[in-house]
Amino acid sequence: MSTISEAPVSVVAPKDNREKMLDRAMSRHQYSGNALIEVLHTAQELYGFLSPELLKTIAHKLRLPPSRVLGVATFYHFFSLKPKGEHTFVVCLGTACYVAGGLGLIGKLEHRCAKAGQTTPDGKVSVETARCIGSCGLAPAVIYDGNVLARVTPNAVDAELNKIGVK
Amino acid sequence: MTTEELCEKQGEELSRQKSLKNRIHCCTAAGCISCGADGIKKALAQEIEAQGKTGAVEVCGTGCMGMCGRGPLVYSSTDRRLYGQLAPTDAAALVEGNAAALSTRAIDLESPFFSRQVKVVLANSGRVDPEKLNDYIAVGGYQALAKALEEMTPRQVVEEVKKSGLRGRGGAGYPTGLKWELVAKQLPTTKYIVCNADEGDPGAFMDRSVLEGDPHRVLEGMAIAGYAVGATQGYIYVRGEYGLAIQRLQAAIKQAEREHLLGSRILEQGFQFRIDLRIGAGAFVCGEETALIASIEGKRGQPRQRPPYPPASGLWGAPTLINNVETFANIAPIVEKGAEWFASIGTANSKGTKVFALAGKIANPGLIEVPMGATLREILFDIGGGVPGQKLKAAQTGGPSGGCIPEQLLDTPVDYESLAKIGSIMGSGGLIVMDDTSCMVDVARFFMDFCMDESCGKCIPCRAGTLQMHDILQRITTGAASEHDLEVLKSLAELLRETSLCGLGQTAPNPVISTLKYFPEEYEAHIRDKRCPAGHCEIEAAQQEVTA
Repeated sequence: MSTISEAPVSVVAPKDNREKMLDRAMSRHQYSGNALIEVLHTAQELYGFLSPELLKTIAHKLRLPPSRVLGVATFYHFFSLKPKGEHTFVVCLGTACYVAGGLGLIGKLEHRCAKAGQTTPDGKVSVETARCIGSCGLAPAVIYDGNVLARVTPNAVDAELNKIGVK
Repeated sequence: MTTEELCEKQGEELSRQKSLKNRIHCCTAAGCISCGADGIKKALAQEIEAQGKTGAVEVCGTGCMGMCGRGPLVYSSTDRRLYGQLAPTDAAALVEGNAAALSTRAIDLESPFFSRQVKVVLANSGRVDPEKLNDYIAVGGYQALAKALEEMTPRQVVEEVKKSGLRGRGGAGYPTGLKWELVAKQLPTTKYIVCNADEGDPGAFMDRSVLEGDPHRVLEGMAIAGYAVGATQGYIYVRGEYGLAIQRLQAAIKQAEREHLLGSRILEQGFQFRIDLRIGAGAFVCGEETALIASIEGKRGQPRQRPPYPPASGLWGAPTLINNVETFANIAPIVEKGAEWFASIGTANSKGTKVFALAGKIANPGLIEVPMGATLREILFDIGGGVPGQKLKAAQTGGPSGGCIPEQLLDTPVDYESLAKIGSIMGSGGLIVMDDTSCMVDVARFFMDFCMDESCGKCIPCRAGTLQMHDILQRITTGAASEHDLEVLKSLAELLRETSLCGLGQTAPNPVISTLKYFPEEYEAHIRDKRCPAGHCEIEAAQQEVTA
């Protein structure tokens, strides 16, 4: 929870250049409401997730009702309103991966870490699912911290988790 | 750049490539990268330097070579050999051209996997470096744009596309030329070109491979479209998940603008056309054109009632032409080689080729391109190599909007009408093979789960209907359903199809309807006998819980 309460401080802190970078992104689009999704992408890249305060700031700067900004942020799967863990496992559950045993990988991660869509209490690992990452030739696939792992087995997941010290 | 300079550059680059002793193509599509292609490419570059062959041997990254299941792939141009499952330690042998050392990993380019394919859209994939504009120019890139601008009127371009018989490759198969004509006929106001690269079907990676492997081809197609219909601004709406494709598109747009192949004064002619990227944020419904437009406008991606259709009123109310990536990738060859050439490929009503992403229980998963009218059996057994170890049960086309095609219908030719007749759709090109270990009821449940999750919630039939259908399918797969449930399931399927606002809801019941039609015994086994013939569903465990 502490990260959430820290977010507004970082938004208003003048020395934090993330704010400046976000503002630059908005000015590049002339603070137009049409660019809301682009701005949210940039904001999430900079801050890791979209805190309520961050959404309010964006709404104010783009002169949009906060309800519309929240509506868009919650409509799309890509945007996260909660902070992510140190490591992220995204298990693909597209048809090819599903048929090849993606569910077993989710089962393994849920057993050792957290339920799909959640983060472990110590903030170490986030477990997510994807609808298809387009690596169907490599099924079942997992994106581990941004890298696609091919033909993953539950044992391989175990090995990765052991490496980062998950009990 | 003028057209003369374009031709000059092509000649220069071609002779430079010819002067090389060997050009080693290293597949750097997302699939091969995840098997370590980057490491191989780096090792090759180091090895070339170590062996003192700089200037004689060159390594270049290319787009998808097709056989994704055998990655990482490397093609050596002097001895015309393709190698798979390589490691960085093989770099020395590759640079030396030591074919004997690599013979165990050589892939036969004469095998049916390659010889049965006809490549139009993927012609450059695996041949050109997607990060180098000169590579694309060397294979005749932007010549079609030059031809259109210099030798044809916009009207002639539209006519050419109409004559070619090209139909939308996004799934629905609307004639592309007609769509172009509708937009061209609108009053000369601001018009937009939109490329739909929001490939959301689970099990489909054709568009991503095209964008990653040959981004300039799509840009060229869009620019030609802009000229033909009178638009000066284009958008590519690409999935946020496709990081590599986004990166390569951004680089390609910059390169093309620098050389005056995009932007203002294209090829020193009066025509101007800009292309911007819009990054999607993960919503399947945005593949629907009106939802996609809403998303580009920065709103929630919810579809709206049609008409008016986007050619009359689209992006910000302006006439908008929306085509899929693969459709745009077909444009340059059509303009360059002519409509007759294109129309000579395929069947009477479905012209050209179709790219498929083969996945699931198949020997050669990967990316393939076949002429329209090829049968599913040819695709799955000759090209795909069949199902290893097990018996093929069904092939699924069209993702969550498509259907499951049983073994006995595999001789169906792949074209828009034939697939629709057997209860599936062409879709965007995902082709997933299932064997005896897959439970068809569970597959239907899987797709319904997808549609339920992705329903935007605007219209009630889709929002509530997908939920109810999913609940029933869930009960069937856990052995808790009754005969009555099956009746309700059927009537809900009809209701969704008839009353949903957009394609997502209208086609969501397709996987259920097709599995009910071709695999009724599996539903009956789950409901009556409380068992799963494929041994996939955990009925017993669920039953014990109920009784306990």
